[in-house]
Amino acid sequence: MKHMTRKATRHISQNEGLIFEKSSPGKAAWKLPPLDVPEVDTAKLLGKQERKDLGDMPEVSEIEIIRHFTRLSTWNYAIDLGMYPLGSCTMKYNPRVNEFVARVEGLANGHPYQAEKISQGALQIMKTLSDCLLEITGMDAITLQPAAGAQGELTGLLMVRAYHQSKGNARKKILIPDSAHGTNPATAATVGYAVENLKSNDRGMVDVAALAAQMNEDVAALMVTNPNTLGVFEQEIHKIADLMHAKGGLLYMDGANMNALVGKARPGDFGVDVMHLNLHKTFSTPHGGGGPGSGPVAVKKMLAPFLPTPVVITKPDGTLGFEYNRPQSVGRVRAFYGNFGMFIRALAYIFANGPDGLRQTTEDAVLNANYIRKGLEGVYDLPYSTPSMHEVVFSDKVQSKKGVKTMDLAKRLIDYGFHPYTTAFPLIVPGALMIEPTESEPLEELDLFIEAMKSIAEEVEEDPQFVLDAPHNTRISRLDETAAARKPVLRWKPLPSAP
Amino acid sequence: MRYLPKSPADRAAMLEAIGIRSVDDLFSPIPAEYRLARDLAVPRQMAESEIVDWFKQRAKENGEGYTSFLGAGAYFHYRPVVIDALVQRGEFLTSYTPYQAEFAQGTLQAIFEFQTMISELTGMDLANASMYDGSTGAAEAVMMAVRVTGRHSAVIARNLHPEYREVLNTYATHQAIAQKLVAFTDSGQIDLKELEKAVGDDTACVLIQSPNFFGTIEDVEAIAGIAHKSGALLIVSIAEAASLGIVEPPRAADIVAMEAQSFGVPLGFGGPYCGVLATKEKFVRQMPGRLVGQTVDKNGKRGFVLTLATREQHIRREKATSNICTNQALVALMVNIFMTVYGKVGLRELAKQNLAKTAYAADQFSKHAKVLFAGAPRFNEFVVQTSEDPYAINSRLLGHKIVGGLPMKKFFPELGRAALWCCTELTTRSMIDTTVGLVAESERSVRSMKDTEPAEVAR
Repeated sequence: MKHMTRKATRHISQNEGLIFEKSSPGKAAWKLPPLDVPEVDTAKLLGKQERKDLGDMPEVSEIEIIRHFTRLSTWNYAIDLGMYPLGSCTMKYNPRVNEFVARVEGLANGHPYQAEKISQGALQIMKTLSDCLLEITGMDAITLQPAAGAQGELTGLLMVRAYHQSKGNARKKILIPDSAHGTNPATAATVGYAVENLKSNDRGMVDVAALAAQMNEDVAALMVTNPNTLGVFEQEIHKIADLMHAKGGLLYMDGANMNALVGKARPGDFGVDVMHLNLHKTFSTPHGGGGPGSGPVAVKKMLAPFLPTPVVITKPDGTLGFEYNRPQSVGRVRAFYGNFGMFIRALAYIFANGPDGLRQTTEDAVLNANYIRKGLEGVYDLPYSTPSMHEVVFSDKVQSKKGVKTMDLAKRLIDYGFHPYTTAFPLIVPGALMIEPTESEPLEELDLFIEAMKSIAEEVEEDPQFVLDAPHNTRISRLDETAAARKPVLRWKPLPSAP
Repeated sequence: MRYLPKSPADRAAMLEAIGIRSVDDLFSPIPAEYRLARDLAVPRQMAESEIVDWFKQRAKENGEGYTSFLGAGAYFHYRPVVIDALVQRGEFLTSYTPYQAEFAQGTLQAIFEFQTMISELTGMDLANASMYDGSTGAAEAVMMAVRVTGRHSAVIARNLHPEYREVLNTYATHQAIAQKLVAFTDSGQIDLKELEKAVGDDTACVLIQSPNFFGTIEDVEAIAGIAHKSGALLIVSIAEAASLGIVEPPRAADIVAMEAQSFGVPLGFGGPYCGVLATKEKFVRQMPGRLVGQTVDKNGKRGFVLTLATREQHIRREKATSNICTNQALVALMVNIFMTVYGKVGLRELAKQNLAKTAYAADQFSKHAKVLFAGAPRFNEFVVQTSEDPYAINSRLLGHKIVGGLPMKKFFPELGRAALWCCTELTTRSMIDTTVGLVAESERSVRSMKDTEPAEVAR
């Protein structure tokens, strides 16, 4: 390594093949109890539907399975190892008590169709979480059903559509700022709306004049992320809301960046009509290598009749239950009631924090982002000088003069023991470095990060090729993604046996 | 706050470095009138011991310690302890989507193995990295078939899980996808004659479930023949993954939309679960969801990356195959470990036990009540028609800490007083005998009451 880093040291890591390469007939990691009912003749019961062979499924022992997955796990980076500064992804600490309570027997083994009489515990969890999220967002009604943020967006826009439909005209399009996440336009298309881009102004915010010009009775809603993907609070948010409402449109807020607001400001107070939350961002449920997420949608009163079925209600006798009879509902977006296991974790997080902890969390998240901004200002180009909330977006303008792009800098950061920041997003910043530290980082870790980023900037000046060839210290070097896409190999196959 | 790693001195030093006096200065971009000047009205900060107590209390109010005969898309199978031991490793639990491949080979290789095993089990060429669940997977499969065929109507089996149908309705509404429902016969299977009539030149796909909602196994080949004759795709939804150990997979299908919850995922009151799509190689570019592919690094070493991303929303935005962004990675890892533990032989033996317990239970029930759809093979569910209302039966069973079958009145009122019962390898013979005994007792008393009724009227 060119420059020394205090964060990480090289370390032996175990090699490990695919599980299929360890398989051989007769090995087993399972044992069933003796059958206590008569054996059945499978051929007689199933006839031609009987499966005779499970093909290339593996046969391995338990210790091999433990080693296999443990070895694989050591090839991953994780929050538990250090800072994960992915912008707009909110990679915060995932508390272990969340995992513990989600596995308590009565909750983990609860069947979604068991009688309401013996589901009061689960219903109470859903009710309490709903009440907390409504208080945090300042909204009036909520559904926990959507399985992830993108499905929350879908649910929100379905409700927008149903609302307009109930007024006699579903309208034609959704306005989306050019700084938005890709799911926003993809969702609008799924709901059958045309997408119209809204350009940002020179401060990185929604251009209110442009919005006024583009807003008309064909527009169903504006989807805004606030703070937006630059980490900038839309200071004219209420003017934006007024513009939408004046022409009968609705204001949708993507809650991806809610970690900047909890306990400090409430979307319901600044004119938002419908929004989704990401429990796996703001409320600490684990990302797990890409899911499961959970994307509750909170709405103002006039949208409540359109919530997906069922909704949790308090019945006249004081017990909780599900209500299915909602004639104006957009329907169901998922079987059963949503990612219930994530509700447990999010609620445990809220309990652990309380009002004071939630506010301090938000303050620390914003403090951390601004500390990094201060530490790297002048070293990396800051395309927008507008104040940052919970994340800061730099660009590779200076380093790209030496041919080193944001992705190259990110790969070099891996050698320093950090996960890369979000690269090349938002699209309005060419060569973006989008950094969100979250509240979970101690001062020491932040200093190490700043030190690493400065060191990489120096390396770009001294030896750009060295940075272009990064990472140098990982198990594998940069992978050939073009070959992977051109001739996709998406599953393992046994080698053809020798003739 | 115990999750926050800063001392007051740290915070003061940071404020000074930034050059501001108070953290409130950082919130000045939010107009003052929208800044919250009070505490949120949420429960006060709790100690870990209090949190654990609160949730344990809720668990007690949630059917803890009950024996259950519920299935219907959510199945109670044994979960080997190695699953939770491994998925709780921080490197799996607390890592992000593996976009930075060099730093995420663990997750990527695990997904590649998952894709391989799902392909193998479903009899398809390839599978994706997972979808939200079985219901949304089925809806996405229909939208995929519309893209592949350029046709805009779908033929749906009425014995598909009713909540899957509801989700499809929600998704299809704004995609202008017309739907035709096809009824089932006395065997519980899809009515092939009606199906033949329903499929036409405008049909993008036929969507069936096998084993279907009643637990009976469909004749996939015959259905595929009808679909393919008209150029439609066949989508087979599988809600009970454990069936694949002993039931021939739907090899004639074009897309398999599976719910893999049975493979090591807790019931968890309905989620998170693990949907997954598997398909033929030629359709891969129309498939939604993340995909992991094998490639090499610059030294020729094998490695894995997320691939074919040009289908996805972060590249294609409004022209993407779907708006889906996440997969169910950690849940897919549970499924992956489960499949690895049971493997080639264990999955078959596990399925055989499910088959045997269910055959025994159905046999016992049939001595006292009517077991419907006996004419077709079934896996681990069956429908029992009783003289007494199933809600009343279940209410009495609850007193014995037994959760009876799912009453069908809400979803299939035409089946009368019927309920869907499920047995897995965890259902013991004594549980079955006790439950059948209780049902038989009430059946006898209801029937004897009924027998006396006409006589009384005559008098």
